[in-house]
Amino acid sequence: MITREISFILNGSEMCIDVDVRMSLLDVLRNEGFNSIKQGCGVGECGACTALVDGVPYDTCVYLAVWADGKEIRTVEGESRNGELSKVQRAYIDAGAVQCGYCTPGFIMTTTAFVEKHKGKDIDRELIRKEHAGNLCRCTGYEMIICAVESCMKDS
Amino acid sequence: MAVGKSVERLDAVAKATGRARYTEDFTLSGMKHAVYVRSTIAHGIVTGINTEKAGALPGVRAIFTYEDVPDIRFSTAGHPYSDDPSHRDPYDRHLLTKHVRFEGDEIAIVVADSELIARKAAKLVEVTYDELAVLNTPENILAENAPQIHPEGNLTGEHEFSVGGDMSEAVKASAHLTESSYKTAMVQHCHLENQIAYGYMDDNDNIVVVSSTQIPHIARRIISEALSFPIGRIKVIKPYIGGGFGAKQDVVVEPMAAWLTLKMDGAPVQVNLTREESLSCSRTRHPFIGHAKGGADKDGTLRFLDLDAVSLTGAYASHGHAIAQAGGAKACTMYPRAVIRYHARTLYSNMPTAGAMRGYGTPQVVFFVENIIEELARKSGTDPLEFRLKNVGITGDINPLNNKPILTHGLKECLEKGRELIKWDEKQKLYKNKKSGNIRSGLGVACFSYASGTYPVLVEGASVRMVLNQDGSVHIQAGATEIGQGSDTVFAQMTSETTGISFEKVKVISTQDTDFSPFDTGAYASRQTYVGGQAVYKAAVELKEKILKYAELITGQTIDRIIIAGDKVVLKEKPEVTVITMRDLAVDAYYHKDRGGQITAEVSYKTRTNAPSFGCTFVDIDVDVKLCKVYIKEIYNIHDAGKIINPLLAEGQVHGGMSMSIGAALSEELLIDDKTGRVYNNNLLDYKLPTIMDMPDLKCAFVETDEPTASYGNKSLGEPPVISPAPALRNAVWDATGAKPDEIPMSPKYLFKVFKKSGII
Ligand code: FES
Ligand code: FES
Repeated sequence: MITREISFILNGSEMCIDVDVRMSLLDVLRNEGFNSIKQGCGVGECGACTALVDGVPYDTCVYLAVWADGKEIRTVEGESRNGELSKVQRAYIDAGAVQCGYCTPGFIMTTTAFVEKHKGKDIDRELIRKEHAGNLCRCTGYEMIICAVESCMKDS
Repeated sequence: MAVGKSVERLDAVAKATGRARYTEDFTLSGMKHAVYVRSTIAHGIVTGINTEKAGALPGVRAIFTYEDVPDIRFSTAGHPYSDDPSHRDPYDRHLLTKHVRFEGDEIAIVVADSELIARKAAKLVEVTYDELAVLNTPENILAENAPQIHPEGNLTGEHEFSVGGDMSEAVKASAHLTESSYKTAMVQHCHLENQIAYGYMDDNDNIVVVSSTQIPHIARRIISEALSFPIGRIKVIKPYIGGGFGAKQDVVVEPMAAWLTLKMDGAPVQVNLTREESLSCSRTRHPFIGHAKGGADKDGTLRFLDLDAVSLTGAYASHGHAIAQAGGAKACTMYPRAVIRYHARTLYSNMPTAGAMRGYGTPQVVFFVENIIEELARKSGTDPLEFRLKNVGITGDINPLNNKPILTHGLKECLEKGRELIKWDEKQKLYKNKKSGNIRSGLGVACFSYASGTYPVLVEGASVRMVLNQDGSVHIQAGATEIGQGSDTVFAQMTSETTGISFEKVKVISTQDTDFSPFDTGAYASRQTYVGGQAVYKAAVELKEKILKYAELITGQTIDRIIIAGDKVVLKEKPEVTVITMRDLAVDAYYHKDRGGQITAEVSYKTRTNAPSFGCTFVDIDVDVKLCKVYIKEIYNIHDAGKIINPLLAEGQVHGGMSMSIGAALSEELLIDDKTGRVYNNNLLDYKLPTIMDMPDLKCAFVETDEPTASYGNKSLGEPPVISPAPALRNAVWDATGAKPDEIPMSPKYLFKVFKKSGII
């Protein structure tokens, strides 16, 4: 087993760990207790494992942990502080976009990146769809997820 | 008052913050991982198995084959045990098998220190087979010299019923007759969390299984049967579940996890299916092949429906013929005044096993019914919507299956509401001249009926325990299972409504543990708000009475003068006067040395009613004839689910069902090679479930009837939304193009054939 020491910022805190070079970022984050990273397929099809890498949503199951060296990683665990939910988390709950919840952390991270990227711009449902196309949800039919994103944009 | 409000779901924050723990999020030190050795052929007998290379891999702890498992046949179908042997599911499988019946059948299992090692080792196991003919069509399955997929033969079940009068007379009386053959494909649930369970033993006697299951109490019984191990020494824990849709109403991995921990001296062993295994080696929806006939009077009154269906259950029965039975029965209350005959057969076949899936046979049967209704309407020259309005049931019609009146039948109102919402009449006129050229526009409508539970076929019981805490809050343990549909939240709403205790003070323990959770058969058949709701109501009444009685005891205010309001007991006539706070009352009950005790209520109740629920879909589409593509411009589901307990959650259920049905109608299909039984697309790229790009805006509405047999006026809603969108889409494609599709999915590949045949391309 070949290991390498990597360091990165995870949800605002510095991390420095030795990782097996074969491991995905999904495995490393889950091993570290960041269980919001879900595995729905393991091969980049479903988006349940989405985290932000330098502000961009990635499927962590097909992202090698060693690539995270020097990067800033965000997972949904870091989005609420001191019992206060992020705007996106609140919007998902209020819109009814949470059912079984398995896709939810990944979707919330994709939306978080979307909202930050398009802040203040006029966006339509087609753009929301296009930029959330990497996340699958089987429970909601996506309708309330789109509503949640719209409501975030309205407030921004 | 909490019922009827869109209160926030109890688990929303846990899920939105990533704190909700699912089965895979629990780890135990020393956990072993088990991976199946699966057959590479669809039908045959294993002649040799060599585990030497696999066993030599460092980290492999054990390999078990079909020779090692108990000689016990069991059924994985998550039904309550039936005291009627004819209602029991076929006990047709062992934990591992020598006779492989589909590509991916379970021959052996490797236990190793990590999943990676186990997967590598499983690939190193060498298996040789005597191949048998692969049987995948009714003709070859039933051929005289066909090999037997199971010793009992290739027919899993067959039945027929006829209601509403004499069929031959109805045929004679019909001025318009029509018939067609239809087909629905094998589709899969695609819950985002794959099947997963792990087992361990705390001592020498007791097995614990933690599982992503819809049916913890039933799973416990089936594990007990499969292992011949006492049920009282098995405990099943259900944490949060990442969707089920019926696939987890089957014990796909639990008995194996339990057996492996037994074999491994109590060490924790996890069985975690990959997406590929979940798609083709767990459960699917039964594909139906069928023939339907219908007849109507000169004036457009429906006289009869005559349906013949063949359902393919795949390699093992699982829910087997129960699917075709339930599908036929539940569809009967749509047109209850017609003569209805239904004949169905379920066949084993060498393809993935089909089991329970949202709608449980009804989507397939309703696809037949609503197609033939459309054909009759057109044949008799009636507008398809008018034809339905004339013939659907109304409140007071007799349910032909039990000869009792239907107490709430809101289908007609649903149709009328849909007509307005989609602007049916206006668009019909508008689209008259949009029936030629490449882009054609059309409208479609389809109805459905469903049930609220399984009674009287199976027992319908639910149990609930309520405990008053020291701070005046209430804990509820319900045997019913939260799998994402929101049952915990609506139970809390119901409790608040009936007791008067504020909703914020009611907590439902979401984790099920069969050692503590009262008995309930679980999440299926859209039964929980209806069946579970009745037990919740009774327990809430009991809890309220006990609290008020205790208030009377310590305050002297008589019980008829006081009520609970939020976190206080107050005077009924003067609610501003506090008699005692709930907290003070609870502390007194817990800690007073000479009186009181923990205030609890516990109810186990069997429901002996089953309310049919109704609804319909309206859809407005464009068809690109050259591309053979359907574009949904507007789609509505309208439901009579009785009183709506939580509108936001209810809409969520409807949207989810609609998207699944749209997927089944337009793109979803497990592609199975006829000759080899090979599944071509068991992954989420090639299996075309809808992405966010494929979904139109989804809209819905409710017609709120007040069902008297339910404690809160409510009827089923979990599964119904998945039934009518597919036939509505089919009817819309026909309306737009004049070419009649008879199969789903209406993928471009299939529509090309239909359009070609009808000469429009
Ligand atoms: S688990 Fe990473 S995309 Fe599915
Ligand atoms: S909420 Fe269940 S998959 Fe999205």
